Amino acid sequence: MPAKIAQFILVLTLSPFLFGVLNRTKAFFAGRKGSPLLQLYYDIFKLLRKGAVYSTTTTWVFIAGPVVSLSAVITASFLIPWAGHPAVIQFDGDIILFIYLLGLARFFTVLAALDTGSSFEGMGASREMQFALFAEPALFLSLASLARVTGQMSFSGIFSTGVINFWPVYGPVFFLVFGAVFIVFLAENSRIPVDDPNTHLELTMIHEVMVLDHGGVDFAYILYGAAVKFWLLGTLLAGMFLGASSRGWMMDSAVFILQMSVLAVIVGVVESTLARLRLLKVPHFLIIALALSAVAFILTMRS
Amino acid sequence: MNVLLCSLIVLIVSGVFAFSLNRCVKFANGMGAAGAVTACVVGLGALFAVYNNPTAAVFSIPWAIPCGSFSLGADALSAVFLFPVFLLSALSALYGFDYLKHYYGKKNIGAAWLFYNLLVASMALVIMARNAILFLSAWEMMSVSSCFLVLFEGEKRDVARAGLIYLVATHIGTLFLLVMFILLGKESGSWDFAAWQGTRAGFGPSLIFLCALIGFGTKSGFVPMHIWLPEAHPAAPSHVSALMSGVMIKTGIYGLLRIMTFLGMPCAWWGYLLIAIGSLSGILGVLFALAQSDFKRLLAYSSIENIGIILMGIGLGVVGLSVQNSFLMVMGFAGGLLHVVNHAFFKGLLFLGAGAVYHETGTRKMDLLGGLLKKMPITGFCFLVGAAAICGLPPLNGFVSEFLVYYASFKSISGSTSLVFAAVGIITSLALIGGLAAACFTKAFGIIFLGETRTACGQNAHEAGVFMRLSMVILAVACIVIGLSAPLFIGVFARIIADVSGSPLSLIQLCLMEAGPPLISVVVMAVCLFIVVVLTVLLRRSFLSGRVITRFPTWDCGYARPDPRMQYTASSFAQPVVDFFKGVLRTQKQAVKITRYFPDSPSFKTETTDLFSETVFRPMLRSMRRFTGKLTWLQHGKLQFYILYIVFALVALFIWKL
Repeated sequence: MPAKIAQFILVLTLSPFLFGVLNRTKAFFAGRKGSPLLQLYYDIFKLLRKGAVYSTTTTWVFIAGPVVSLSAVITASFLIPWAGHPAVIQFDGDIILFIYLLGLARFFTVLAALDTGSSFEGMGASREMQFALFAEPALFLSLASLARVTGQMSFSGIFSTGVINFWPVYGPVFFLVFGAVFIVFLAENSRIPVDDPNTHLELTMIHEVMVLDHGGVDFAYILYGAAVKFWLLGTLLAGMFLGASSRGWMMDSAVFILQMSVLAVIVGVVESTLARLRLLKVPHFLIIALALSAVAFILTMRS
Repeated sequence: MNVLLCSLIVLIVSGVFAFSLNRCVKFANGMGAAGAVTACVVGLGALFAVYNNPTAAVFSIPWAIPCGSFSLGADALSAVFLFPVFLLSALSALYGFDYLKHYYGKKNIGAAWLFYNLLVASMALVIMARNAILFLSAWEMMSVSSCFLVLFEGEKRDVARAGLIYLVATHIGTLFLLVMFILLGKESGSWDFAAWQGTRAGFGPSLIFLCALIGFGTKSGFVPMHIWLPEAHPAAPSHVSALMSGVMIKTGIYGLLRIMTFLGMPCAWWGYLLIAIGSLSGILGVLFALAQSDFKRLLAYSSIENIGIILMGIGLGVVGLSVQNSFLMVMGFAGGLLHVVNHAFFKGLLFLGAGAVYHETGTRKMDLLGGLLKKMPITGFCFLVGAAAICGLPPLNGFVSEFLVYYASFKSISGSTSLVFAAVGIITSLALIGGLAAACFTKAFGIIFLGETRTACGQNAHEAGVFMRLSMVILAVACIVIGLSAPLFIGVFARIIADVSGSPLSLIQLCLMEAGPPLISVVVMAVCLFIVVVLTVLLRRSFLSGRVITRFPTWDCGYARPDPRMQYTASSFAQPVVDFFKGVLRTQKQAVKITRYFPDSPSFKTETTDLFSETVFRPMLRSMRRFTGKLTWLQHGKLQFYILYIVFALVALFIWKL
């Protein structure tokens, strides 16, 4: 139990750190020095000390957006295992609940965006919904492949069996699933090539434009929620390279944090080396994820 | 049983009273509503007794109609379908009492209540009938009374058209039911349901099943037999739409399940067919819902989607039964049946909310509305609960039933090849439906209730009447309560599944018990979510205490004169998805081409008509009319000749039998 509490607290405290690693990587590629590793923590604390400005158009839904989204993401973190150790809460079918909790977060973010009555935010909301439409089935199908291969129906079951041992037999399956989940991961966390978190023009933004009118505590919640979500979905990718836990909790945790940092570096490299896709091409990119996961599933049927 | 009969009598008598006392319109309105509410509450009370002691709940008297006997019964299957019928009818009647006040002096209120009460009574009768002739009579009464309700505003051209389409479609469905009952009746020589139990061999059961699928599917709105649904449901007054979408279309599901109890062991392909139709209905239903700009039409299409989800659950159950996988069977049926109840609640709620908006603004076009949450806070909140529930979001009731179907599919993911394909098909379709439904209902709620009022339509809107609010709040609470208490009452379905599948009750209870831990965990997670929400709210409050909070217009990118009309509209919100699926949706766009630098009257219009009615039914009916047109001399409108036809037909039959 202490280990579970510790891993829950670690997820909540470490997740903004990954963005520091990511931004450092991007800065390295751009030949810049880059912001401090702990920049997101500073940003969040700065925002938490601010007052608030609310649009005259908005209602309570605008405030409920960040609150419900952050709460849903934090609740979802109960289900995600840590370094091959079972999650705080685990049960058969928690995969379904996890994806639907992220859906709940999205639902309220989109409504909060529509509450401002701004065309820009409507535009972002519309795009977010469109992309989620393709990302969600791909994620479900990928997890179905993993469930079939490992014979488990919960995250803790799948990721504490030592997934890496399956690679020799199910290499192609895992390779395709990794590709599919990675694309979904980039899309869900609004990364290049789907969305550019650093873009300056409202018209081309997706996720950023939805939260344009949020500020202060609300915006801090949004930033923090995004960081936790990045960690949670990243765990699914890192988890595919975990061995069966044997080296004790401390050692496992250290390796796991290292893995997550490597993931952040990889995302940084992807962001630095790829251009952003045209908006109309994004659904095609996401359908690649769907196709990959479908092929992966068909390959699991072989044996 | 006697209590249930009493409630039927109360319904019919109060309806007739309301109709005959129509001159005093207030009395007619009160009488009709009070009768419906009383009867339904009495009926609800009786249901618990019926569920616990189904053998006592039979009633039979001889009936003068040939082959018919007035035999009623209420077993567990009937009880579970009667529950939403009575509950939603009572709440819709409560709502209708306020809603119809608007039409005093303009419409025949008494007739509206007569048909409403007849509709409720006939639905209950359909579910309780234990004889084919009685079933068909009640079925017909249900179709006709709901058709009259659809024609409430029959002077409008499109409403009259909707009524006609509904009348034709429902009778085509009844035709297949007639064939099905004849097939069943011929085999056993009796028209009583009791004589039909038992297994059959050969093609018989499959033929009966297909007839049932088409006949009941037309009523339930399976794709492609759904074309009447998006026409008729929006045309009816909203409390009737709620009833039609929430429970009337479920009588088709009931019929299908009831017929399956007669057919013995199902073939596996029935289940696969149900799953295929279910995923087709689910995906196409929600896709077309997303493309609509009329919010009641959107809700009607979304009913097709939910019928699809129910079918997927039942299909999994049938597959599980035929491959002897009892866990799969139980989870599939339980998910489907729970979704029947859930959909009655959230779709009823959404239609009532939509009715309140229509009542206040006089329009059903989403793009003309906006910002109504400030003017109608309670209606808006209830609509939001319904929207979240219908998207299957935790911790509401829609999630629980979808969870069961997902859970069954995940459980069978390591089974045999055909089963795995069915399971993966269901998982993918449900995920796609979930995404589309979220887009559809963020659009509906966001455009109607959030932002600024777009046109003059919503300027003078205010909160709905007290009874309208009451019924919506009760339904919203029901959505939350079912979501949180599912593990407690999931066992209710055990006896129904035992009846439908013919498996021993103890086995089914064992399987349902196995689903207990995940369901309890879902509830635990819901409680966790609630606690986290409370904590984040408190944290937010403590951060903001003592800080300056100001209000300012929305960021307009520096533009000096923002206007509510510049807001994103429903059609623009849905445009990326609608465009992506244009091969299926075939949305037509009409735009005035802009040639000058300062265009004087630009206009843009999009409309998404139904794929099947345009590409399948319209050409089919056109060629049929070309043929039947040659027979119009038979139909001249002279009653005497029609009676003569009947006489001729009878004489011909007598001669044939001699």
